[in-house]
Amino acid sequence: MKAVVTVVGKDRVGIIAEVCTDLAGFQVNVLDISQTVMQGYFTMMMVVEVSGATVPVAELAQKLEEKGKEMGLSIRLQREEIFQAMHRV
Amino acid sequence: MLDFKDILATQDMIDKRHLDVRTITMGISLLDCAHEDVNICAQRIYDKITRRAENLVKVGEEIEWEFGIPIVNKRISVTPIAIVGNSCNTDSYVPLAIAMDKAAKECGVNFIGGFSALVQKGCTKGDWVLMDSIPEAMKATDLVCSSVNVGSTKAGINMDAVAKMGQIIKKTAELTADNDGLGCAKLVVFANAVEDNPFMAGAFHGVGEPECELNVGVSGPGVVYHALQSVKGQPFDVVAETIKKTAFRITRMGQMVGVEAGKRLGVPFGIVDLSLAPTPAVGDSVARILEEIGLEVCGTHGTTAALAMLNDAVKKGGVMASNHVGGLSGAFIPVSEDEGMIAAALSGTLTLDKLEAMTCVCSVGLDMIAVPGDTSADTISAIIADEAAIGMVNSKTTAVRIIPAPGKTVGDMVEMGGLLGSAPVMPVHNESAAQFIARGGRIPAPLQSLKN
Repeated sequence: MKAVVTVVGKDRVGIIAEVCTDLAGFQVNVLDISQTVMQGYFTMMMVVEVSGATVPVAELAQKLEEKGKEMGLSIRLQREEIFQAMHRV
Repeated sequence: MLDFKDILATQDMIDKRHLDVRTITMGISLLDCAHEDVNICAQRIYDKITRRAENLVKVGEEIEWEFGIPIVNKRISVTPIAIVGNSCNTDSYVPLAIAMDKAAKECGVNFIGGFSALVQKGCTKGDWVLMDSIPEAMKATDLVCSSVNVGSTKAGINMDAVAKMGQIIKKTAELTADNDGLGCAKLVVFANAVEDNPFMAGAFHGVGEPECELNVGVSGPGVVYHALQSVKGQPFDVVAETIKKTAFRITRMGQMVGVEAGKRLGVPFGIVDLSLAPTPAVGDSVARILEEIGLEVCGTHGTTAALAMLNDAVKKGGVMASNHVGGLSGAFIPVSEDEGMIAAALSGTLTLDKLEAMTCVCSVGLDMIAVPGDTSADTISAIIADEAAIGMVNSKTTAVRIIPAPGKTVGDMVEMGGLLGSAPVMPVHNESAAQFIARGGRIPAPLQSLKN
């Protein structure tokens, strides 16, 4: 089961490191990353594998959102089907 | 591979354009709950609903988190209670409404529909008992919604029931006068009611439906409004195409959520209702879409044509996105639940007569409209008859959800709270329709009904 993690917020040192460390803690494997900085705003999209995660996906999404708040960022995890459904015929 | 742009576009719709799944509604058959003792029937109703819908809210919340899409309402619809209660030896179904209310609260849903009767051609004993029980039931419960179908293209219009419902609406308003007649906000009078409607207050689980199923209502006026801002001044061909594309995306999301929820709950997925359902929130208004199309204020000349185009484009976009489309499927124009409609009504541009014309080309009807508290039962019945006639002749669903707010008059506001919003009291014609309503009987089915 794949999910998309999006991270948006003010750019600073170590965002990717921190988010990836957190994901690793939940046994979530990162499959793909693309990242850019737009007008000082850090924007990252990761495709991750959540089948082996140590917690259910809903809980993982909540934990990441909390982590995002701690870091002053928006971190969102959503199962990829939602994007496939809306943007692919 | 997923496109970065698509992902951000989806999130933007959710965060800023009020994109959500408006409701997942579990339809539950109560046909096996009948019993001659009303208290045993009530207990069976409570037991069955709480057993079937035990995990509805939990599953809904799980899906919200996993997919990052808000599911605003989790609701239940049941078999029309007039049918379930017909074998009870009783003159009141209020205990059954209370059982529904208790069950809904236990399950954590925010509305339960189906305190209903289908009387388009005539009334059974149970239908009369149900209609007589509505005012007290609306007073005694918080979450129960009621509906009565008084007409259809096939059967014509039951004018005895139309006359009755005018009185019932008045009595419901009086009994819930402390809350500005809030009981009437949970009571709909239909023509051509549909059996799989997931939206309240008119949802019920028809007798042609399976034991249990899950229906989904999507939303997205805010998303459509935003999309139209990018095609300012362009011809209607472009406008319609833009709406279709947007509706397609919204519906695909609803379809996915419905199938997923059904799978987890172990019940079949029923339909997606392709309706543009507004909320009182700024930026989530159908009226503002019509204004974006080029009208200074919703309700002015041109409104009906703009709404017809919008309604059609929403369906065309949505129909390919879902394998089963049903319910009401059209743009809703509830006055109190739509920030732009409220503003248009306050300005005096949007009148009851214009709203009636608009209901010819969209779902559903005169919805969430406050009228003066001294409006007579006959006048309310006549308003119902007009709407039912529009539905009957055009083979479409129409409805009346009207609040004769006790003690209020034109210019006052009626506050319903939450998703029900607030409505300015609109004027009605003062000339009497009493003799028209007093005739009773049945308006014969129109020629359109003879399709075989």
